[in-house]
Amino acid sequence: MEETKKTMEPILAVRGLKVSFTTPDGDVNAVKGINLDVRPGETLAVVGESGSGKSQTMMGIMGLLVSNGTVSGSARYRGQEMVGLPPKALNEIRGAKITMIFQEPMTSLDPLYPVGKQIAEVIVHHRGGSQKEARPRVLELLKLVGIPDPERRINSYPHEMSGGQRQRVMIAMALANEPDILIADEPTTALDVTIQAQILKLLRDLQKRFDMAIVLITHDLGIVRHFAERVVVMRHGEVVEQGATAEIFGNPKADYTRMLIEAEPHGRKAAPADNAPIILEGRNVVVDYKIDGGFLKKRANTFRAVDNVSISLHEGQTIGIVGESGSGKSTLGRALLRLIASKGAYRFGKTDISDLDRTGMRPLRRSMQVVFQDPYGSLSPRQTVGEIITEGLYVHEPQLTRAERDKRAIEALREVGLDPAARNRYPHEFSGGQRQRIAIARAMILKPQAVILDEPTSALDRSVQGQVIELLRDLQSRHGLSYVFISHDLSVVRAMSDYVVVMKDGRIVEEGVTDAIFSAPKADYTKTLIGAAYNIGT
Amino acid sequence: MLAFVLRRLASAVPTLFIVVTISFFLMRFAPGGPFNLERPLPPATMENLMRAYQLDQPLWRQYLTYMSNALTGDFGPSYIYKDNSVAELIGKGLPYSMELGFYALLLALVGGVIVGTIAALRQNSALDFAVMSVATVGVTVPNFVVGPVLTLIFAITLAWLPAGGWGDGSLRFLILPMIALALPQLAVFARLTRGSMIEALRTDHIRTARAYGLPAKSVVVVHAMRGAMLPVVSYLAPCAAALLTGSAVVETIFTIPGVGRYFVLGAINRDYTLVMGTVVLIAIFVIVFNLAVDILYGLLDPRVHHD
Repeated sequence: MEETKKTMEPILAVRGLKVSFTTPDGDVNAVKGINLDVRPGETLAVVGESGSGKSQTMMGIMGLLVSNGTVSGSARYRGQEMVGLPPKALNEIRGAKITMIFQEPMTSLDPLYPVGKQIAEVIVHHRGGSQKEARPRVLELLKLVGIPDPERRINSYPHEMSGGQRQRVMIAMALANEPDILIADEPTTALDVTIQAQILKLLRDLQKRFDMAIVLITHDLGIVRHFAERVVVMRHGEVVEQGATAEIFGNPKADYTRMLIEAEPHGRKAAPADNAPIILEGRNVVVDYKIDGGFLKKRANTFRAVDNVSISLHEGQTIGIVGESGSGKSTLGRALLRLIASKGAYRFGKTDISDLDRTGMRPLRRSMQVVFQDPYGSLSPRQTVGEIITEGLYVHEPQLTRAERDKRAIEALREVGLDPAARNRYPHEFSGGQRQRIAIARAMILKPQAVILDEPTSALDRSVQGQVIELLRDLQSRHGLSYVFISHDLSVVRAMSDYVVVMKDGRIVEEGVTDAIFSAPKADYTKTLIGAAYNIGT
Repeated sequence: MLAFVLRRLASAVPTLFIVVTISFFLMRFAPGGPFNLERPLPPATMENLMRAYQLDQPLWRQYLTYMSNALTGDFGPSYIYKDNSVAELIGKGLPYSMELGFYALLLALVGGVIVGTIAALRQNSALDFAVMSVATVGVTVPNFVVGPVLTLIFAITLAWLPAGGWGDGSLRFLILPMIALALPQLAVFARLTRGSMIEALRTDHIRTARAYGLPAKSVVVVHAMRGAMLPVVSYLAPCAAALLTGSAVVETIFTIPGVGRYFVLGAINRDYTLVMGTVVLIAIFVIVFNLAVDILYGLLDPRVHHD
């Protein structure tokens, strides 16, 4: 270790770096004086959960903090101090020597200009010349990052490209001036697993080719393990531990690091008895979306989101529905609940619900509940937690008195592991994980039989995710619930479900008992999916 | 694109029809008539007048007559300006109103965007606060106060500019009415620009532009401004329609021979045809400018498709 330090002078040396934000409630110290080194050509992973300050560290160094943020301490790039550097001098480094790609490929490019023009702009700014002279270089870059038909795509606008392609364009922009360091801030978090694997492989290939260092900011330890040489673990704005990847994973010293590593969802769910009756069933489900024209326009297209899918949920069972974005998995969940117009034969318990309208469905609604992905968007910000979770009782148990409702609210909150005092507070006072517990309490207060869980853990940190999974499993065994668990996250599905359905383009590609699907997938698509999720970048 | 324009123009026909119909009947349901003067006319004279202008016919027939005449471009005679048809009155006054309105629009747009951008770039600073306070005053102080104050200062006390009239149509005569007309709109443009610029400067792609070392000028002008102009452009249509069809208050204060006065005078005097003519004029302006703005929108934002 001492040897390498001498031979490999860091190209970026961060010492005592602090980032703080001035807010009306006083200063928030997001980064509290951290030290780290980036060595030439290495991959350094900065890991931590949300709020650990991992992104703000890099934003601070790059002078990209929002207007109420300040950075102090030192960050030297090849000996040159970057903290406090005037914008003009900083602009010589940014985009040329140190470049960045971001988590949000959908919004990181300017929607109003063709992608080729945006890449050329960066080249022209740092190297001079004209947009026209930069064109061959732009084409070369687009080809390098694997954009098909670059001659045509150079004129495409960002909205005409997929998320994966936009991230490739961002990488092209990052490479345009052959930087020494590429900072990748959660570069694959917003992408599907198969795309994620492609992007990581591309980054790795390009890194070798251009001999640049990559600083990978991520919360995903699976990526870190396969991709990084060294790891810095951050928590609450401080570095908890740093060292070689193998060392950190093999022999973590800090408790927090150990907790992060162990937070990977584990455990398996046993299948229900063979004779368990069916609780919720959809036969030959078809959902068409109409893409229609508008005023004075007749043309209308349909898009088949779910194509002839059949699914039967038994009592006490958890069916995991896996698929990438656009596979129709969420649409299927909504069709099963009869929340959207769809064709097919549906039943709930012994009742045929195929032809029931809204009023007909209402008495059954309490028995079939749903929990959504976004714990921020799915709770009304203007209602107290108590009002949110008891709202369903007004419809389904109108005879309850106020005191009885309050009692039920207390019970429900206790059951999901929240302090009952929470019912007098508003959703914004809670963290993402707590909000998801509130959403679960809202479903559980009605004592449902079947619950559709639509990506309930995807917006949460790994450690919180594990707790929510524990809670869901616990509630299931206590109340004999049946779940349809929709997720793109294979490790969570594996831990939650006893039966797995793999969907692609609105159809079922493969289905079967969880262990069989994971240990011996038959369909090529399932193999790709599992390969991408568990062997990232290899 | 051509199909889009044609389709939009086609859909303007029912809009115009509805606007004209509603105004026609609203106007007639208002109490009084064009010949109810302070000193009542002798019944015989009144009867002759009513017959001459076909006001003695049933309302539905008057409506049909008006509609069929309007289709041929005949908007009838003015009841008050007896020697002129409505078309003549508007034809005479419109060029003045449009010229004044055009300069006012230009001033409001350019001034508002510059002021709003400066405020956005210095968000929450003293400068931002000062500029936006002035803009608020611009909206709240009515132009029948701004007009005379401007006249008092620049025409009478300082005697730099003429107090009113069109004169030879040179810029000197236009400056004061133009400012009085533009000020409230300038304030609206400033507020709109400030709001959307602040939003635009916070977007992810602006962060990208900064992360790639692009200079502040190109970040603001090339990347933030174009997106931030979209809401401003939307407001351009109603604003242009309002300014180009003249303002009764400003035209009266500065004695400009435009069409702005006709709407108010027509309404006060129950000059049915004159009011209707003005309504049609404003409706056409609104429709045309909305169409123009939609086209402009498509040029600014590639995600908008007119097909």
